[in-house]
Amino acid sequence: MIDRRLIYNFDWGMFIAALLLALIGVSTIYSATRPVFDAEQQSFYIRQLYWIGLSVIFFLAVISVDYRQIVRYSFLIYGAGIILLILVIFIGRKGMGAQRWIPLGFLSFQPSEFFKLFFILAMSRYLAAMGENLDLGMLKISKIAAVFFVVPAILIATQPDLGTALILLFIFISMLFIAGIRRRLLVIAVIIGIISLPFVGNVFWGGLKGYQKNRIVAFMDPKVDPQGVGYHIKQSKVTIGSGGFTGKGYMKGTQGPLRFLPEKHTDFIFAIFAEEWGFVGSLILFLFYLFIILRGFDTAKKARDLEGAYLAAGITFMFTFYFIINAGMTMGMTPVVGAPLPLMSYGGTALLSNFLSLALIENVRMRRLPNPFN
Amino acid sequence: MERRILASSYLVLLVFALLVLKLFNLQIIRGEEYKKVSDNNRLKIVRRPAPRGIIYDRNGMAFVSDMPFFDASAVKKGLPEDWNTLFSLSSLLNISTETLKAILNKPPVNNSDEIKLKENLSFDEVATLEARKMEFPGLQVDVRTGRKYLYGALAGHVLGYLNRLTPGQLKNDDFSDVPQEAFVGQYGAEKFYDDLLRGVAGGEIIEVDAMGREIRVVSFEPSIKGKDIRLTIDMMTQLEAERSLAGKTGAVVAVDPQTGEILALASSPSFDPNLFSGGISHDEWSSLADNPDKPLLNRAIQSRYPPASTFKVITAIAALEQGIITEDTTFDCRGSLKIGGRDVGCWQKKGHGRIGLHRALAESCDVYFYEIGKRININTLADYAQRFGLGRTSGIDINGEITGMVPTSEWKERVKHEKWYMGETVSASIGQGYMTATPLQMAMLTAAVVNGGRLIKPSILMRDEGGPSLNEESVRVRAETLDIIMSGMRGAVQERSGTGWSANSKLTSIGGKTGTAQVVGKDSFSKGYNKKFKDHAWFISFAPVNNAEIAVAVFVENGGFGGVAAAPIAKNVIEAYMKSKTENEKLRLEKLKEMTEKSMPEIVNEASGTESSEPGSGD
Repeated sequence: MIDRRLIYNFDWGMFIAALLLALIGVSTIYSATRPVFDAEQQSFYIRQLYWIGLSVIFFLAVISVDYRQIVRYSFLIYGAGIILLILVIFIGRKGMGAQRWIPLGFLSFQPSEFFKLFFILAMSRYLAAMGENLDLGMLKISKIAAVFFVVPAILIATQPDLGTALILLFIFISMLFIAGIRRRLLVIAVIIGIISLPFVGNVFWGGLKGYQKNRIVAFMDPKVDPQGVGYHIKQSKVTIGSGGFTGKGYMKGTQGPLRFLPEKHTDFIFAIFAEEWGFVGSLILFLFYLFIILRGFDTAKKARDLEGAYLAAGITFMFTFYFIINAGMTMGMTPVVGAPLPLMSYGGTALLSNFLSLALIENVRMRRLPNPFN
Repeated sequence: MERRILASSYLVLLVFALLVLKLFNLQIIRGEEYKKVSDNNRLKIVRRPAPRGIIYDRNGMAFVSDMPFFDASAVKKGLPEDWNTLFSLSSLLNISTETLKAILNKPPVNNSDEIKLKENLSFDEVATLEARKMEFPGLQVDVRTGRKYLYGALAGHVLGYLNRLTPGQLKNDDFSDVPQEAFVGQYGAEKFYDDLLRGVAGGEIIEVDAMGREIRVVSFEPSIKGKDIRLTIDMMTQLEAERSLAGKTGAVVAVDPQTGEILALASSPSFDPNLFSGGISHDEWSSLADNPDKPLLNRAIQSRYPPASTFKVITAIAALEQGIITEDTTFDCRGSLKIGGRDVGCWQKKGHGRIGLHRALAESCDVYFYEIGKRININTLADYAQRFGLGRTSGIDINGEITGMVPTSEWKERVKHEKWYMGETVSASIGQGYMTATPLQMAMLTAAVVNGGRLIKPSILMRDEGGPSLNEESVRVRAETLDIIMSGMRGAVQERSGTGWSANSKLTSIGGKTGTAQVVGKDSFSKGYNKKFKDHAWFISFAPVNNAEIAVAVFVENGGFGGVAAAPIAKNVIEAYMKSKTENEKLRLEKLKEMTEKSMPEIVNEASGTESSEPGSGD
């Protein structure tokens, strides 16, 4: 199964970049959660280290199986994912106003976190089967949406998990774009999208939960609700901005440990990093992410088959969206939707999901060329 | 497909560029601004008032000390908002949940997030709060240096008290260096010499978390303790003055006639300045401010009364200086004199007979001075009264002094639109009618008589401690005149028939002049039935007669005869001062301790005292 060709083609660059980001994440979590009152630090960073170890093992496991084998079972996996999402409704554990987790004894498991991957796998298989350079019209798109997108999107949105639902939509659209949307449709879609935003927004608005509305209002005007989300955005901008050019120095940030910035080690981890490492550090961090993303697109381009190309592109898009939404959110450019920063935010499920995703890209890249030894 | 992936890559690059631009804006362009916001978040600037200077008496005995007071305050957003917390917090602070709720609902003052929950915590409360602090994030116990008045109400009207800055002071530049929550002198020496006593506030920059809990001190600037000051007050004399006044309404002023140094200044009833030290409660304040006995009124400088027969000193001086009488001029006193068709009586109904100036002063013959009143112009009389400081403030270094009143014909026409009648001059000659003076003015007048004619600006702060420089003016009266007056005053105390005989002392030679100010005419019917209608008792005095070291003015409201109610007080005060001067420090301390324990509660608490209403040698 694993032959020397695979090892030869292993993309060390992406793997190391991902691992480094995860470790930078741990060190930032360590700094963000360092105690100011209690003698002992909460063990977030240790748990995150365990998860990194586990993620690397899973990474190696995933690259050892040919992605085509995985894609072959993608519909089955997708189906299982849908069942898990339904299961969440009945046995899910509630937390922070949402019902997203399935308890598994010592840990809980968030199906929606992995479902995006299952979705990409199924879409890849389906689109690949349709052939190359498609001319997707409205009818075809509606059909694909009905088959793959509508059900999970509704299930996830009702958990409610606005962030994941939104990401799913982005992945769906971007994969269709890669597959080939009729140009006219693309142009019309963009125009209609821009024009109808306020009208559609109204309908969309009515269906939102109170806190979701708050988040969007706060995004529009952070002063509206200074103690709520507006406070998050303001403090996040303060945290990042106060880092200045070179930052306050590692373990010298004040906004997180003194609790001015909530969710400092999860969704707002970038702000903490930017406070301590400044513009220079943040720029380097951005380059790491950019490297992984461009490598992902490169893999999609060089994939040996359409399934590999869709898979690599879809995952890269997902990774990109997460990064942009998170970074944009912490800098006050996009609404606060509760999206973690890939690889760095505290949280085992997300981290494992990130590594599994990158493992699939790695998988595609490793198997992209004919065997040079044959 | 490759083209679309490539397009995606470019799109991603574009978005990255936008993110970097935003990052540049946040960190480089607005970095400093955000740095300030983040510092404002975490850094709390706390101004620490300096310990105040200690106030000593003239012999170096401390009136006050600085002691810590503990206040509980909270950062509201740190406190959990549930009912349980509110309930346990209220029981911890010993205040009702309703009160606590009201306090918490008030918007915080001065833009800070902190709310004062309770001031002046007991030691037990401090201990409990500190032990359970972690249960209430946002709760803190602040220490501040406050004032302890070591002898309670003793010298309360001289020392004054501290309180928070008033709204007016908050706007005043003189207080710009004072932390807004600080206590400053609002009364008495504490107020007048506040800038000396206050010192220079220090400060701390403290790092706090989002709940307002203090993490560490980032920087610290020590405060500079206020200057210690030495008052001219002699503690023993002050104590005796207050003890003698206990239960009465009135004032005592004792002064060194040579220097103008106030040796004792008492006003009764008084108050305990310690009430203010921890921040006075509304109820405590009301009970002081609305008290009909007006304990906050400094009667020594803020009350004016007809000086009555004590004013005969001035009348005599004016008459001698104007040549209306000589030392040897006599008049015949038959118990009354007809003036303008009306009989005006002498206090001695059977009359003094043929009487000269010496006896007229010593025995306080009214008829003798009526005769002068018939012969003197009111404006001449007023001129001499003013030379001796009546009708204007003395300039003492205590705020709130009033002028009193010296009537002139011009004044009457201007204010009352009436001409002056001769009968009114007669009345003024014995210190009745429109004439009013403060006890302090009478003390300074006495001092001027006995120090050779120098009207001195009085002071409560020793000159070498930054007190006012010696400021005096001449009363422009011949020395012989003053000698004649002093002789008469000596007679009043030292001669059996003198009205001030009850001030006669074995310890030292005392001279003096009694006064009894009529409250509702000489209607003996109403007298004795209602304390309100009893006469006011005056006594001005000095000792020793040959080289006066102390001049004392005593005033007892509704006290009755000056010779009965006021003269013994003056004697006590003078003797206390003479003893104080000769006793060594150890003795002084022992005695003071003993006296304080015995008598101070009376001074503070007792409103009614024992008063002798039996007429002895009156005037």
